[in-house]
Amino acid sequence: MSSHPSVVTISHRSKPRVIFSGDQLVEVDLPIGTRVIYPKPPLKPLNDVDAAIRYALSHPLNSEPLYALLRPGMKVTIAIDDLSMPLPPMKAPDIRGRVVEAVLELLDQYAVTDIELIIATAFHRPMTKDEIKHTVGPKTFKRFWPNRLYNHDAERPGGMTYLGKTEDGIDVEINARAAESDLIIYSNLTFVPMNGGHKSLGTGLVGYKTLRHHHNPATIRASETYMDPKVSDLSAKLERVGKLINSKVKVFTIETTVNNRMFDTPLEFLSKNEDELTPTEERGLKALVKALQILPQPARQAIFERVPAPYGVIGVWAGETEAVHKETLKKCYEQLLVPVEGQSDIVIFPIPYISPYNVGAFLNPLLVSVMAQGYLFNLSKGAPLVKKGGTVIITHPCSDKFDREQHAPYVEFFHKILTQTKDAMELHKRFERDFSRNPGYIQMYRTGKGYHPAHPFYMWYWGENGRQHIGRVIVVGADNEYVPKILGYETAPTMNEALRMARETAPPSPSITLFRIAPMVMTEVTPGKAAGVLAETSGEEDDAL
Amino acid sequence: MRAAYFDVDGTLVRTNLIQPTVMYFANSQTPWETFKRIGGALLDGPRMALAELQDRRLFNEALFSHFKGMSEDRLVELSREVFQSVVKPNLFRGATDLILKTQDAGMRVVLITGSLDVTMFHLADHLNVPRADIIANRLEMKDGYATGKLMRPVVAGPGKAQLIVDDARGHGHDLALCQGYSDSYSDVPMLSVVGHPYCVHPDSKLRQLAHAYNWPILDIDTPARGMLGRP
Repeated sequence: MSSHPSVVTISHRSKPRVIFSGDQLVEVDLPIGTRVIYPKPPLKPLNDVDAAIRYALSHPLNSEPLYALLRPGMKVTIAIDDLSMPLPPMKAPDIRGRVVEAVLELLDQYAVTDIELIIATAFHRPMTKDEIKHTVGPKTFKRFWPNRLYNHDAERPGGMTYLGKTEDGIDVEINARAAESDLIIYSNLTFVPMNGGHKSLGTGLVGYKTLRHHHNPATIRASETYMDPKVSDLSAKLERVGKLINSKVKVFTIETTVNNRMFDTPLEFLSKNEDELTPTEERGLKALVKALQILPQPARQAIFERVPAPYGVIGVWAGETEAVHKETLKKCYEQLLVPVEGQSDIVIFPIPYISPYNVGAFLNPLLVSVMAQGYLFNLSKGAPLVKKGGTVIITHPCSDKFDREQHAPYVEFFHKILTQTKDAMELHKRFERDFSRNPGYIQMYRTGKGYHPAHPFYMWYWGENGRQHIGRVIVVGADNEYVPKILGYETAPTMNEALRMARETAPPSPSITLFRIAPMVMTEVTPGKAAGVLAETSGEEDDAL
Repeated sequence: MRAAYFDVDGTLVRTNLIQPTVMYFANSQTPWETFKRIGGALLDGPRMALAELQDRRLFNEALFSHFKGMSEDRLVELSREVFQSVVKPNLFRGATDLILKTQDAGMRVVLITGSLDVTMFHLADHLNVPRADIIANRLEMKDGYATGKLMRPVVAGPGKAQLIVDDARGHGHDLALCQGYSDSYSDVPMLSVVGHPYCVHPDSKLRQLAHAYNWPILDIDTPARGMLGRP
C-alpha cells in the first residue's frame, strides 16, 4: 500500500466522505478498505511574482532574452490563454495579466508600437469584456480594448493564414494577425499537464483545418492519457504543429503554473480529509451541505463561482517553447501527482459543478461525460486509476439542462445526433463535417456567446480513451433516467446500490478507490495490487445517497 | 443539397417594409404624386395597422396598393437607389458573413420576403445569391403600370411556410435538413416547417417560443469576437 499522506484507507472509525455531485455536496459512507485519494496540500507560492516574471524574461530558457528580440517598428502579437483554466478563475491579479504588463513595459521601452493582444480561444466561447478585463488587468484593458485586444475568431473570412503541412500531413493554419507578426509572445497559465507547450498556439490560435487533425477520436484513442505528453498522441501531433508554427514565426513562450489552492476561506475545509477537520470546520461543512440542499440551483452555483480561487503562482519560465514547457510540467506534476500503488476495480469520480467548458454556465450532460470519461479518467500517469473493464461510479444529477447561449449546438448534438450513435468514429465520419459548418451555430460562435459547432464533437471524443477502457459507468443521484441512457450510463439511487451493482461484474473482494477531486489532483499509478475492501459493505446506510 | 431560407426585413436588414416604400413614394414622378401616395398611405394607416394585427398578408396588400399607377420603368430605375440608400446601409453587421458561411457549408441560400422583388434583386446581387432564389412579392403590372395589386401567391406570414415547402419539393431538398432564419413571431409557420429554425434578433413572442423549444437565438449585429476594430 502507498504510504503517501494524500492516500487514506477507510476504516471503521472513518467519517462519511463529503463529495461533489454537481453543485451539491453529498455525504457517502464507503466500505471499509476503500482507498481515498486526496489532493496534495498547496505548494508554497513564489514570494515575489513580479520579480520572477522579470527574471524569466531576462533569463529565458534556450532563447535570447525578450529585450534582445525587440526592435522599433516591429509587429508583435501577444496571445493569451483563455479562461478555461484555472478553475474556478483565479483571484485578481491574474498571473496572465501580470506577465502581459511586464511584457508591455519592455515593448514600450524598445519603441514597439504595433501590438495586438489576442485571447487564444480556439473554438471556445469568446471571453466577455469583464472576463478579459479580469485576465489582462485594468491597465492593459484600458489601453488596448477593444480595437487591439480581442478574442481569436477562427471563422473570420480572411482571418486565417495557411502556413503549410507538417511532415505527417497536418494542415497548419493560424490567426492571420499572428502569422504576419515579427514576434508572437504567448502568455500561458498551465493548470493541468495537458495544457501549455505547443498546445498553446497549436490549438489556441488555429481553426478547423488544423484542429480536425488532432481533435479526433483516433488521436484520443491513441493517447494513453492526454495528461502525460510522453504517451499522448494528442501531444505528439501538437508538437509537430507547434514546431511548424515556430519555424515560420518567431515565438517567445512564457508559461506559468499555480498551486491547487482552489478554495478560499470560508470554504477551505473542502480540501481536507474529513477525519482531520476541526470541530468548527466540521460544523461549517455540515451547514454547507444542508444549505446547498435547500438553495435553488443558481444560488448554489453562485456560492462556488462567485468566489475566485486564491491560487498562488509557483513557477514562471520564458523562452523557447519546449524548454519552457519541460520546467512547467515538472512543477505542475510536483503539485498534482499523488503516488498510488495499483489500479482499482471500482473507482468513484465525484463530478463537480465546473469544467473548462462551462465557466458561467451549467455543467450540461455532455460535459458530465467529458469530466467522467475524459478529464478525471485522464488525470492519471503511469496507468489509469481504474482497471481495464472496471467500473466508474460518478455522482451528478445529469439534468437535461443546457446554457442556451454558450451551448446551443450541444443541445442538437446531444438530442439529435448522440441518440443515433455513440460511436465516436461514426460521429466523426458521418456527422462532424456538416455540423461544424452549420452557419447558424458559427454565427453564435462569432457574434454571440457560443462554443463552435465542432466543440460538442470534440467533447465526446475527449472521453474516447476512457470510453474504450472503462467497462461500466454508473451514475448516483441522477434526476432522470434518459440522460444517463443517452450517455450509455447506468443509474443507481444510492452509493451503496451503485457499489452493489459494480461488484456484480468485479472480481471477489474488489478494490475500490474514491478520487476525491476538487481541488485539483492527479494520480501516478505504479503496478501493484490495490487492497480489496475488507467488508462487503460498510454496514451503514447512506444518508444522502 | 440543403437550403437555408432567410427572411429579410428585421433578419438580415434592420429596415421593414415601410422604409423602402416611403423611399419609392418620395421619388414619384411629380411632387403632387409624392404627396398623394404618402398622404394616401398615411390616411390608410389605421386600416393597415388593423390588417397587421389580423394577418400580415392583408397588411402587405394594403401597403402595396399605394403603388397603383407607378410605372414599371420608374420602379426598376428607383430600385437601385432604394437598395443603395435604404437597404444596404441597414444590413446587419454580420449578415454578409452569415450568408457567406451558409454558402460555404454547401447550402442553397433562398431569400423569402414580403418586400418587393425589384428591390431584393439588388440585395441578392450584393450577397451573391442567384436572383432565381428570391421568393418575394411582385406588383401586378398592366400596360407597364402597377395595378396596386400583388401577384399571387402573396409572400407573408403563414403563406411563407407553404412557399418553402413548394420550393423545397421543387429543388429536391429534405426539409428536415433545411434551415430557416427569421426575427418575427409572424414567421413561426416558416420556422416550423424546416428542421433547423434560427431566431435572429427575435421579437419578444418569438424569443419566448425559442426558449420553450430550444431554438437557437442569433445576434448578427454584434462585432465578431469583440473585434470592434475590424469589419
